[in-house]
Order: sequence, then C-alpha cells, then structure tokens
Amino acid sequence: MSIHLILFLAFGAVAVAGAVNLLVQRHPINSALSLIAVMAALAGEYLLLGAEFVAAVQVIVYAGAIMVLFVFVIMLLNAGVEEETKGSRVAILFGIPGMLLGSLLIAWVVLRHSGTAAVAVGVLPGQTSGWGDPGAVGELLFHEFLLPFEITSILILIAIMGAVVLASKPPSTPAKRVND
Amino acid sequence: MVPLSYYLVLSGILFACGVTGFLIKRNIITIFMSIELMLNGVNLSFVAFAAQWHVLAGQIFVFFVMVVAAAESAVGLAIIIAVYRTRETLNIDRVNLLKL
Amino acid sequence: MIKSAIVLGVLLTGVAYTVWLERKVVGHMQNRWGPTRVGPFGLLQPAADGIKFLFKEDLTPPHVYKPLFLAAPLIAVIFALTSIAVIPFGNWITIGGYDIPLQITDVNIGLLMILGITSIGVYGVALAGWSSNNKYSLLGGLRASAQMVSYEISLGLSLVGVLIMSGSFSLRAIVDAQGGHFWGFIPHWNIIPQFVGFFCYLMAAYAETNRIPFDLPEAETELVAGYHTEYSAMKFAMFFMAEYANMITVACLATLLFLGGWHGPITSISFLQPIMPVFWFVAKIFAFLFLYIWVRGTLPRFRYDQLMAFGWKFLLPLALVNLIGTAIAVAW
Repeated sequence: MSIHLILFLAFGAVAVAGAVNLLVQRHPINSALSLIAVMAALAGEYLLLGAEFVAAVQVIVYAGAIMVLFVFVIMLLNAGVEEETKGSRVAILFGIPGMLLGSLLIAWVVLRHSGTAAVAVGVLPGQTSGWGDPGAVGELLFHEFLLPFEITSILILIAIMGAVVLASKPPSTPAKRVND
Repeated sequence: MVPLSYYLVLSGILFACGVTGFLIKRNIITIFMSIELMLNGVNLSFVAFAAQWHVLAGQIFVFFVMVVAAAESAVGLAIIIAVYRTRETLNIDRVNLLKL
Repeated sequence: MIKSAIVLGVLLTGVAYTVWLERKVVGHMQNRWGPTRVGPFGLLQPAADGIKFLFKEDLTPPHVYKPLFLAAPLIAVIFALTSIAVIPFGNWITIGGYDIPLQITDVNIGLLMILGITSIGVYGVALAGWSSNNKYSLLGGLRASAQMVSYEISLGLSLVGVLIMSGSFSLRAIVDAQGGHFWGFIPHWNIIPQFVGFFCYLMAAYAETNRIPFDLPEAETELVAGYHTEYSAMKFAMFFMAEYANMITVACLATLLFLGGWHGPITSISFLQPIMPVFWFVAKIFAFLFLYIWVRGTLPRFRYDQLMAFGWKFLLPLALVNLIGTAIAVAW
C-alpha cells in the first residue's frame, strides 16, 4: 500500500465523484463546478505520473480558461434548472444501464488481460527529473511536432474568428424612412 | 507503485460518465461539459501510456487534445449563444425542428 | 510545517499592514493624515479593523444562492494565500546546523504554478458576482472575470522573456541567474534588458489584482460595490484579504523575476550576511507596493471598453514583440 497507490485512489475518488456529480446535478453551474473538481483531480494524477508540465497546463488552460468560458456562458444566459421531458426519461431508462454494462465489460477485459503484476507506472527510481520537464517537452514539441503545432495555431485562429462572428449580435435593420 | 490498468480503468470510468451525460442530459451546456469530460478521460490514458512506455509523445498529444478542446468549446459556446438568441431555450428537446 | 506557519503568519500580518500603508500613503497624497488615532501613527488600525469585521453582523440575504455565496470568498482567499508557497525569500540560512532554504517548497515548475493559481482565482470573483443574484454584482463579476482572463495572457507572455533569459521555471534558479553585475557596478537584474517586459508585467499585474486604474469591477461610484455588494463582515474581509494578498504575491513575483530577488545592488556588510537577502527582498517588495499605492492615488480609472482595448490591442502585441525581440537577442 504505497503512497503512490493511496494518492492515486484519493485523486481518482475525487475525479469519479465529480463525474458522477456532473450527471446527478440539475443546475448547470453545479455541473460546471464538479467538472472543475474533476480537472483538478486529473492534474494531481498527471503529477503522480511524472508529467508536471502537462499538469500545470491542465490547470492553467482547462480549469482556468476553458471552464471559465463555460461558467461565463452559464452566467450570461442565466441557465436554469433542467426540465424533464419524455425524451430524457427514455434516455435515463435505457442509457444508464447500457453505459454501466458497457463500462463494466471494458473494465473486466482490461483488468483480466493486464493483471495487477503489470508494469508499474510512476517516476523511475534512478531518475530525478528531465522526463516530464518543460524543457524536454518543449524540445519535442518544436522539433518533431512542429507541423501539428503550427496547424493547431491556425485552428485556434479560425476558432476565434468563428466564435466572434457567431456570438456577435446580428446587424440591426435600418429604420424605415418616414416619407417613403 | 500503481499498475497501468488502474489508470486505464479510471480513464474508462470518466469516459463512460461523459457518454452517459451526453445521452441523458437535456441542457445543451451540460452536454458540452460531458464532451469535455470524455476528452479529459482520454487525456489521462494518453499520459498513462506515455509514462509506461517512457515516450514523451503521449504528452504532446495531450497538448493537441487540449488545444482542440479549447477551439471546440469556443465555437460551440458561440453556437449555443446564437441558438439561445433565436429560440429562447437551452433544452435540446425543444431544438429539434429547423423551423423556429 | 513550521516554515508554512511562519510564512503564513508573516503574510497575513503583511496583508493587514499593507492596508494600513495604503491608507496612510493615499491620505498623505490627498493632503490629509490617514489613520492616526488608534496607536502611534495609526499602527494599530488593522487590529481595530479586524475586531470590527469579527463583530459585524454577518448577513446572508435570502435571495442568494447559498452554497456558492459561502464558497466564493473562501475560494478567493485560499488561492490568494497558496501561491506564497513557492516564493523564495532569500538564500539558504543555517540554524543550529541545519541548512534551511527560505522557501516552503521549490518545485521546478514554480512559475507555472503561480500562473495556474492566478487562473483559478478568477472563479472566486465570478461565482461571487453570480451567486449574489443581483444585477450590480452580476455585472461586476462578469466584467471582473473578463478583465482578469484577458490580462492573464499578457501577464504570461511578459514573463516568457524572463524565462528565455533564465532557462528554468524554478523561481530560485531565475533569481540565481540575476546575481553578479554588468561592468562591475550595474546589477544584473532582469529589469535592465527586459524593461518592456517589466512594463507589460506591471500593467497586467494592475489589471489582475483589480487595482486602479483597472478597478472598474469594484468601482465604488459605478456599480455600488461590484461583485462584493452583498457581502458583509467576515466574508467581505476575506475578499479584502484576498485582494491584498494577491498584491503582495504580484509584488514578490516582480522582485524575483525583474528586480533581482534577494541580491542587493551593493556589496553588504559581512557580519549581517545571513539576513541581508531577506532585508533586500522586503525592501524591494515595499518599493513595489509603494508604486502600486502611488498609482492608485494618482490615476483615474479606465472605462470598460478602454480597458479591454488596452489589454488586447496594445499590451498583448507589445508582449509578443518583447518575446520575439528577446528570443532573437538570445539566439545570437
């Protein structure tokens, strides 16, 4: 029962609790806050796996910017509590058992074929840092993955332009002149 | 130390919760958040595999997934705002006809 | 553990006395005394304020959304106080045979951690504005979060110039790279090559901490009190503390990254060596806070559209130009 396992279970429990809370809550702001809790727990998991730069970027970008955008839109549109419709009752009736069955099946297959004596994950004993280091990640990002990096920057530019156009108010029609 | 399969099971649970949320929720914003949950689950499995095979490319993929998630949230939320302006509702069951 | 307790105690006292300093300095700038009655020079005023906040009626209006109403000031104050954990105050000191680094923990992504904590601090403001169920608070909360998110980008970019010159995210390594002197007498602080970066950082820091000239979200004359309209007594005190703790964190970062941290500009007396670094560090923070308060007493506030235009159309391109210039200069 090493400290790694305890921390993994702690962060994992928070992540699963947040995910289930997202499903259970009826007001979208509560769902948004539980999603932020999930992301923070996942940042902890990334730290356990030695990926410190990814953990920091997860907190800064995902939990700190994307979720702020979500909270903004919920506040702006004054989203209220969800109402139940016929479609939602049918979906709950078939969806939840279906997903439980599917995920149990996958979990069983994964655990059966991997076994608990599998390769352990975590920082290797003879190594301090330099693996999940910002420097190492940056080198890889700008040498081998330069083309995808540039393409994603163009993608973000297009997304910004699209979001600005879609969310702006439509141009109002000019008022009719009186003596036409 | 933690075996790899534990990380994969956690990632699978998060993904399954995301799909469930996508299917059973009726508020458009909550559906979007379930998509983000699915992406987060996938990110976890990327980083877990990167740690196991000691290859950094998995972490680079996580960046790209995050970038795509950011772009998709921006455009998606703009679409939601536009839909709300015309139809005055955020319930996806009421947005099922092209006619207003 | 003991280090955390001591640092937290010093930080909270620092917050209280920053309030006192501000009231005195702004008072003198406006040709009046500031607090003078409680204790000599009004030095016990923060204690009096603390007692007042504890005894005031803690009112929770009936129309608010209670869980978030109670959680928002806690979020604001917890994340404002957490970022002090990676800030180094000085070099190593030796007490009773133990070498103690004057820092709670030195992670090698220290700077990124502070940026991340600043990003999460936006939630305290946004959720406070929304949960108060009040149009002034909602507007104040939305404006504040939009402002903080916009200026975070310029804040991060202005720091990348420093990172290129130092080569590491760890705060201790960045300060160590600033030891020594150019030509024997000009200190090797990052502000000299990076003055554009320092300017961008200063502007972004004023906007991130919601201080004048960027304090429209809590403008007293415009929005009643913005996002903390409905808060009273202890919860308001927590927002107050969070704002001043953010100010101190930003001042600490500025001294570490631009003003050379704990290196003094002149060589110091040798028998005072163990505490000189801390003295220089505190002196620089004090100078930076004085600059903050000086600007507060002098400038009027920006209108909201001017504020956003400044952040996106001027500060962001300037930070990018600084980044490109630094990169080219270092590559040669």
